[in-house]
Amino acid sequence: MLKSRLFEETVTQLWKDGLISGEMHLGTGEEAIIAGVLAHLGADDAMALDHRGTAALLMRGVNPILILRELLGKPNGLCGGMGGHMHLFSKPHLAASSGIVGAEGPTAAGFALAAQYLNPGAVTVAFFGEGAMNQGMLMESINLAATWRLPLVFVCKDDRWSITTQSDSVTGGDLNDRAQWLGVPGVCVDGRDVTEVWEAAQKAIMRARAGEGPFFLRAKCVHFEGHFLGYQLLRAVRNPLREMPKISIPLTQSFLRTSGASWRERVGGLKSVLSAVLSTLRDPRKDPDSDPLRRTRSALQSDRTRLEALEDEVKHEVDNIIAMTMEEESL
Amino acid sequence: MKTMSFTQAVDDAISQAMADDLRIVVFGEDIPLLRRDLLVRFGPKRVRGTPISESAFLGAGVAAAMAGLRPIVEIYMVDFLGVCMDALLNHASKVEAFSGGKWTAPVVVRAPCGGGYGDGGQHEQSLWGWLAHIPGLTVVVPSIPADAGSLMLAALQHDGPVIFLEHKLLSETWLEFLGSGGRRNIEYDVPAQGTRGPVPRMWEPLPIGKAVLRREGTDVTVVSVGVGVHRAMEAAEILEKEKTSVAVLDLRTIAPLDKTTLCEMVAQTGRLLVVDEDYEGFGLSGELAAVLLEADIPFKYARVCTQTTIPYARSMEDHILPNVERIRRAIIELLQPTRNTRG
Repeated sequence: MLKSRLFEETVTQLWKDGLISGEMHLGTGEEAIIAGVLAHLGADDAMALDHRGTAALLMRGVNPILILRELLGKPNGLCGGMGGHMHLFSKPHLAASSGIVGAEGPTAAGFALAAQYLNPGAVTVAFFGEGAMNQGMLMESINLAATWRLPLVFVCKDDRWSITTQSDSVTGGDLNDRAQWLGVPGVCVDGRDVTEVWEAAQKAIMRARAGEGPFFLRAKCVHFEGHFLGYQLLRAVRNPLREMPKISIPLTQSFLRTSGASWRERVGGLKSVLSAVLSTLRDPRKDPDSDPLRRTRSALQSDRTRLEALEDEVKHEVDNIIAMTMEEESL
Repeated sequence: MKTMSFTQAVDDAISQAMADDLRIVVFGEDIPLLRRDLLVRFGPKRVRGTPISESAFLGAGVAAAMAGLRPIVEIYMVDFLGVCMDALLNHASKVEAFSGGKWTAPVVVRAPCGGGYGDGGQHEQSLWGWLAHIPGLTVVVPSIPADAGSLMLAALQHDGPVIFLEHKLLSETWLEFLGSGGRRNIEYDVPAQGTRGPVPRMWEPLPIGKAVLRREGTDVTVVSVGVGVHRAMEAAEILEKEKTSVAVLDLRTIAPLDKTTLCEMVAQTGRLLVVDEDYEGFGLSGELAAVLLEADIPFKYARVCTQTTIPYARSMEDHILPNVERIRRAIIELLQPTRNTRG
């Protein structure tokens, strides 16, 4: 978890320095979910990842130097510079990513189906956000997994935001109920707590391995950087003096323009825009208790010396990875 | 004269149309934030967000159009149409034919398209050729703010489904949202002429299916859309110094294609270079050649298109997408006497 966090903090800096060109979706904040699930995977197991798969690949043991080179768009990166962070693939790890929301469902179903024939006992894990639960192909995959009794664990990383939209405003009913009604049992755990995730994942994966069918593991978390780096709502909250005029001036002009809806409707519109900003302000991502690393650290306080030694070791390792990759960069 | 950025022009034309026509509604993912200026003027009943459920909300947009609304359905990126293509392929495009011409679906699908900023092969495609392939769909790809606003107005008045593609490299709004917003030191090769420009005080619809000659020339006719038009203009300016005279034709609409202007312009120079950011095979570039062959126009032909999956790495992407240097070299080669004249 710490390795992943430090790695992605470096990625943040590289992005800010302009060394990564396009979007960048980080997994900072969801490390406990990835770690808690991946702890149970064996060599033959597969993963279907979303557009923020860096943490999962790191924890699965993919060479971090290859990942970092890929994010920097190097021809000697994990995918030859063709994929980038949203499309990371590692055939030896049976791990495939997609930038299409919900695509993890069919991919995981296919991996799990292949395992039934080729690798009995192997399982597949699908990682996706709660926003993807409104995507038809994911719903269809849950049903397919139930009817085919696929060895598949659906892991829903629920941060309550579908990009800039609050998920509950566009989601009917309860997500666990949904999976249940499609024939897939599940639980909802605190995804910031690695022990809780680990325990739930153990049951789910053992069940799937035993041929008892798919499971829906929903884990709640926060994303410290929002949907992606440079996330507009966080910018507005973190740097209001610079960012708010860009939003508020055209907004006010448009609000006041003649012809359009009634004032009542206009105020309704304004409230909806403000609600996104205010919810971002109140977001639990600022609460230290939302940080899975911090929580794990305090749980391990009893053996402080060993914890510090471990952390130093990881820091040293990540520093080395970065130094080696950046040295190539400057050659 | 009033100037506007590309996306501002589109939104401004939409707001003018919405004030005049209460049937127009706007929906799509993140619309309350992305179209917040429309939301606070026209209210949440006419401007609303959706779940990440493209098949449902695009399909609903098509049927709502059949039932009397004029929906603008926004798809986050044209690539994501893959998730919900059925609504366009089997429904929107076929209502008119299936009903014996008695019913249409006047829906406008607005989607950002195009690459050049390092987002990789699932977020940077053009796909206009893929869409234009389907009878019954109108596909517009403006290259400057004034055309963007006027074509959006025309799309909203059109009596059938229109796909309105907005190239991200022309939209400072999209680039800011996706990549450049949270930092100061990232640069994209943005064509200045396309990102900001003069716009009319009041929007008037621009007839759909009319190409425009951006630059006169006598040696070669370059035909393109979107960012390709600007890359072609730049190559033409470089070649002018070498005494080569290059005409640049901006199609503005892919379907229906302005065959008359295309034939006229290529007949004048006898040479056609197609610059198409969309995929090379089975697309716009081949279609243009077919149209000229059918019209019995003798011409020499070349094309600069995207041939592979778009790479994530900017250094590779810049070579894969049509760039000024590839266009310049293709023009020079086209002027060599060794190649066969077709037609």
